[in-house]
Amino acid sequence: MSRHARRAVGAALQVIGAAALVWLVLAHGACAPAPESSASAQPQPPEQPEEFVPIAELPPEEQLPAAPLLVTAYAFVWAVSLVYMWSIWRRLATVEKELAEVARRTQDQQRSL
Amino acid sequence: MDTTARPALGRRLFPVYAALALVLFVTAPFVIAWAPFEATMGLVQKIFYFHVPAWWIMFLSVFICGFASALYLFKGKGSADRLAVAAAELAVLFGLIGLVTGPLWARKSWGVWWQWDVRVTTALILEMTFIAYLLLRAYGGPGSERLAAGLALFGVLNVPFVYVSVDIWRTIHPATSVVPTLVLPMGLAFWWCVAAYVVLYLMLLEARTRLEEQRARVDELYLALED
Repeated sequence: MSRHARRAVGAALQVIGAAALVWLVLAHGACAPAPESSASAQPQPPEQPEEFVPIAELPPEEQLPAAPLLVTAYAFVWAVSLVYMWSIWRRLATVEKELAEVARRTQDQQRSL
Repeated sequence: MDTTARPALGRRLFPVYAALALVLFVTAPFVIAWAPFEATMGLVQKIFYFHVPAWWIMFLSVFICGFASALYLFKGKGSADRLAVAAAELAVLFGLIGLVTGPLWARKSWGVWWQWDVRVTTALILEMTFIAYLLLRAYGGPGSERLAAGLALFGVLNVPFVYVSVDIWRTIHPATSVVPTLVLPMGLAFWWCVAAYVVLYLMLLEARTRLEEQRARVDELYLALED
């Protein structure tokens, strides 16, 4: 290869390298997220507390009413106790009816002997 | 069988238990309302007065079931077996109260209904052990009484783990040191509810044991009829 030809190839490689560098810079700029135009453009999430906060100091929208939970707990104790008592009473009535029937049959058998 | 040798004292005391339980449970909300609010949890902490005694009675019932099961296994006492069934059913009942009132309290104070915390999980396992006991008695067929008695002894061994779990492992559940440190009005409300639960338990245990003994009498009469 002649001296002129080598210079021409070297110049061409420099142009191609510079073009590739420009293309990479532009491509990176297009993929990067757009900078925010202003802080007020999008709503900011509320700040989360970083330490224990007593329930009474929480904002009202984050507080659950306690009274329904308390009343439900007390009512459940009453309800489950009453249902269980009714269940025992019903089972006892069935067994005592069966007991009377078997006792009558036993007496009948003894009389027949 | 010794079904006819039923002590009449329990039957005579039944109306007394019923009246006392009614009075204690009806007046309990007034005593609880009089107790001061806890500083960080507020009103929802008052579920404590129904929740903790329910678990204490559950543990008591498990111990009675375990003791009666041991008597049945080693001495062959039929009356002990009948007491064990009654106590097992009541253990499930009071465990259910504890498992329902606990999440109602947790929803407000922890922010979740349920947490796979060591105390809560071991308590659930204890409840399931006694549900398994009742299922075994109901569907296990002949001889299931002895298997169920063995299961009850296993359940008793679980109780100390449930109780001390909050003191041994890292947990968000309150520790066992809460009750001794209650101020007087809170302590009064707490022990009032404990008394209410104890009387209710004695009443239900009496009725449930009676049911089991009447069933044993029916079986006894059927056997006599066949002979």
